[in-house]
Amino acid sequence: MKPYLAIFRLRFINGLQYRSAALAGMATQFAWGFMEILAFAAFYKANPAAFPMEFSHTVSYIWLQQAFLALFMVWFFEGEIFDSITTGNIAYELARPIDLYGRWFSQTAANRVAKAVLRSLPILLVAALVPAPYRLSLPPAAGQFILFLISVLLSLGVVVSFSMLIYITTVYTLSAAGGRLIAAALADFLAGAIIPLPFFPQPFRAIAEVLPFAAMQNMPLRIYSGNIAGRAALWGIGIQIFWLAVLTLFGRVMMKKALGKVVVQGG
Amino acid sequence: MRLYLKFVAMHLQSQMQYKISFFLLALGQFLVSFTALLGVSFMFTRFNAVDGFRFPEVLLCLATVLMAFSLAELFGRGFDHFPRIIRSGELDRMLVRPRPLVPQVLASLIEFSRLGRLVQAILVFCYAIPASGIHWTWDKALTLCLMVLCGSIVFFSLFLIYAAFSFFTIEGLEFMNVFTDGGREFGRYPYSIYGREVLRFFTYVIPLALFQYYPLLYLLGRRTSILYMLMPLLALPFAIPAYAFWRYGLSKYNSTGS
Repeated sequence: MKPYLAIFRLRFINGLQYRSAALAGMATQFAWGFMEILAFAAFYKANPAAFPMEFSHTVSYIWLQQAFLALFMVWFFEGEIFDSITTGNIAYELARPIDLYGRWFSQTAANRVAKAVLRSLPILLVAALVPAPYRLSLPPAAGQFILFLISVLLSLGVVVSFSMLIYITTVYTLSAAGGRLIAAALADFLAGAIIPLPFFPQPFRAIAEVLPFAAMQNMPLRIYSGNIAGRAALWGIGIQIFWLAVLTLFGRVMMKKALGKVVVQGG
Repeated sequence: MRLYLKFVAMHLQSQMQYKISFFLLALGQFLVSFTALLGVSFMFTRFNAVDGFRFPEVLLCLATVLMAFSLAELFGRGFDHFPRIIRSGELDRMLVRPRPLVPQVLASLIEFSRLGRLVQAILVFCYAIPASGIHWTWDKALTLCLMVLCGSIVFFSLFLIYAAFSFFTIEGLEFMNVFTDGGREFGRYPYSIYGREVLRFFTYVIPLALFQYYPLLYLLGRRTSILYMLMPLLALPFAIPAYAFWRYGLSKYNSTGS
């Protein structure tokens, strides 16, 4: 476990270095979130009865989504890992006495956490101060907040283990830019990145709820505001654990197979 | 100009060498926009109208912005890539060549896979133009052309500003994405739905609404004044400060070493 923690720490500190990039990113995400909320507000004004979530839940959903963008969005891949596969540097990594799956996993997770830590707090702070209907509200109860934190960690795990599958397929295809884009676009949409899952019409909503993508941002963002609460929240966390286990197991098996026939590029 | 066309042909040839990878990329670009479109259509299964605009009318708006953006992107991708040109020192090499700088930057990167978005814009137009229930006359057709053309010039100017900022910051300025990518993403709805302040901002500061919201009113017959039809033209002067800023940045440029 120790080497993975070391990788995690190293990457984390490295990620914290880019402070002005973080500042620009924060401003971007804040403006983005605000526009997003205004759009939902317009729909709410058009017909409040047709709105499937409480408006304040939607507002919290969007603010948290923007604040923790780096944790949840599938399209934040590690360029370095793709490079190591296509340039042949993977050979060095294989020579190291640690498990490659664990290494890539901790590297990806650390970079996401570093990005999110730096950016989330100021965004949340400002979001909690803007005028009333657009303000980020507190979770309804302390217990709910703890469930939210657990769910955030699990959804990070699910997102990373899903990206691992993409990395591993690159071993076969080498140039994966297209496939990567397709996988990320679909996964993010089904995770509720564009519109929250409750806005999906049936039967799309029912289908999306059972896919692994619903275990990504969909779960923690809705648990926070109490949109999913009590029993349902515990059940949701159970589903997240299930998908995390399935995806990591699948990834490990795939990786074993892929490394069996890895061709080292370049010389 | 002939040189530029030669570059275009070159990029096309080199990208066509990897056909599968090219089509996957184009499909990916298509899907990225398609999920946004899907989001809009999902919203409209629940709501009849937003701020008085019905689904086909919003689609008309979405397709206009998407097409304007993808045209600008097709030619202006070089600007997006520009921070890297500066950092790698490639710009110094460009500056010593006896050719104007802007075409060189533009010719440095042309991604044909971005056509995926353009195809989508065309498909949406095919649906929305008849479905919007507009009685198409020559002046309305002209308005639509103006919207797309002037729109792509505005986006192009925004890319130029993005590139000009990197003279000072070396890194690309992420905040500009709010206006470029954001302009595209939020432009899927008429800018008026975001409230009066936002609409004012996108009218007087960054003229995105000039080619989107106001001429749309003319298309839908809600305004009949010829002024609304010609509104997109008013957005064109935006290119002047953009270019001036670029010149200013260039005059302050002092290499990045290595």
